[in-house]
Amino acid sequence: MIKIAQLSCGNDYSGIQKEIEKAAETVGAKIVFPDVDIDFDEAVEEFGFNPVSAGLKLMIARAKALVDKSFEADAVFIATCFRCAEGSLIRNELRRYLQKHTRLPVVMYSFTENTRASVLLTRMEALVTIVKRKDLLGRERQVGITMGIDSGSATTKAVIMQENKIIGKYWSPTTTVIESAEAVVKEALKKAKMDIKDIESIGTTGYGRYMIGKHFKAKLVQEELTVNSKGAVFLADRQKGEATILDIGGMDNKAIAVMDGIPDSFTMGGICAGASGRFLETTAKRLGLEIGEFGDLAAKGDLHKVPMNSYCTVFGIQGLVSALAEGYNKEDVAAAACRSVAEQIYEQQLQEIDVRYPLIQVGGTSLLKGLVMAVGDILKTEPLVPPDSQYIGAVGGALLCSGFI
Amino acid sequence: MKVFIYPPNSMILQDLVERFGHTPLALAKEIDRRVNDPELDSPPMNITEIDVKIGLKYAAIEVPSGVRGRLALFGPLIDEAEAAIIVNNFPSTFGCMACARTNELTIYLIKQKKVPTLELDYPKNEEEVEDFVARIKEFLEDLK
Repeated sequence: MIKIAQLSCGNDYSGIQKEIEKAAETVGAKIVFPDVDIDFDEAVEEFGFNPVSAGLKLMIARAKALVDKSFEADAVFIATCFRCAEGSLIRNELRRYLQKHTRLPVVMYSFTENTRASVLLTRMEALVTIVKRKDLLGRERQVGITMGIDSGSATTKAVIMQENKIIGKYWSPTTTVIESAEAVVKEALKKAKMDIKDIESIGTTGYGRYMIGKHFKAKLVQEELTVNSKGAVFLADRQKGEATILDIGGMDNKAIAVMDGIPDSFTMGGICAGASGRFLETTAKRLGLEIGEFGDLAAKGDLHKVPMNSYCTVFGIQGLVSALAEGYNKEDVAAAACRSVAEQIYEQQLQEIDVRYPLIQVGGTSLLKGLVMAVGDILKTEPLVPPDSQYIGAVGGALLCSGFI
Repeated sequence: MKVFIYPPNSMILQDLVERFGHTPLALAKEIDRRVNDPELDSPPMNITEIDVKIGLKYAAIEVPSGVRGRLALFGPLIDEAEAAIIVNNFPSTFGCMACARTNELTIYLIKQKKVPTLELDYPKNEEEVEDFVARIKEFLEDLK
């Protein structure tokens, strides 16, 4: 059984320990707490950051036990209370410390009393996958005829691959999970001029992965963090070396730091719609534009012209509407909306991982030129947008499941 | 009298208050009730989401959930307090709430009650230990 070492503060008193353990158990892992000496001042002194809270000192001592190998674990889950400044400082520094001194995959989370196992499930599953399926994740070439299906919160995508090439693909908005998947599979098969019987292996990912995995008898049912990473580095032709994959999704965002296509740290958003593709969709509707047109229009605007007082989907958009009334043009307003999303991702998510270059921007929102420009502007880099960047999940699924042929 | 002790989980303070004929307002009993209640199942403290919301009486929504969860337990004890003993600068083995922000707020809330309060530092040597116990004894005897 995979052992996930938990380094946390405030979890007991927030009433969420049961949820953390439930998420780990669901993916076949076990939460463990590194044994440490009750007098952990020495560990804190050696670490060099002396927090006032004893709970955080204990976290440091436990991290040191992992680094010193006095306690063995396969992966690490670091969590502190949402809105605790001291907690977030320690959380980040411990993540860096562990990544510098160990090869353990690390995931962080800041919780509230409302944190549920379902929110933690994808993170735990990714940790387990990285540990358990290292060989499978090392796959760089697709073989045979395989299909990947990505059942996302906003869209469902299907890709058919044959001998390392995409031969059929299709996407549509997600309505009912199974029906949407059946529809995209049918169209992708039509484009590939194939029948479902020709497919040798199927891999599913995304929110609806379990349901469609069962429906299509998939050989691989895998969370999107590891699958998207593989799909992204494959499409961007960056299978070797470092990279950061940024996927601004319809419901949540993923920022994944990879080495040779295998994630070693990642962060998933999901706390605010204002930092997701949904914000841009709502803004586009308010401007009377299709989302694709919106992205092109934003690319023509000035990212810094329209002031924004809020990142919120309600109040932020209200601000943009007011800007239109004040005489700002649509291009600049659309650009400001893109900047708003990029800024929030930079401030809230990219701080949680070490951003490595190149930055590969993927997912449906990577087709919005204005958003890619806004991300590049804030990170002072030119994001790499691979071909078929909206299909990374499905491509990753098709690539990885070819390991089961 | 009901005497709130800080840190609220110090067994030594709890014992001293009981020895000198008062009722300690300590966390041990509260936690014992929760740990042994078969209806609750979020180990090890059995704090529930509802408890954390009870903590809103003492700390605002933007305060971390761990602080509110702790205050849900000993906030009601502070409400009941007729006297208090506060020990400062103690090692974590003496009693520990693990969270510095909770500690700050707890001490503030006790002081706001304006009940007779003894505030003293954790002793560092034998002589200080004797003085520590003597001062607590004197304070508790005067409360009668």
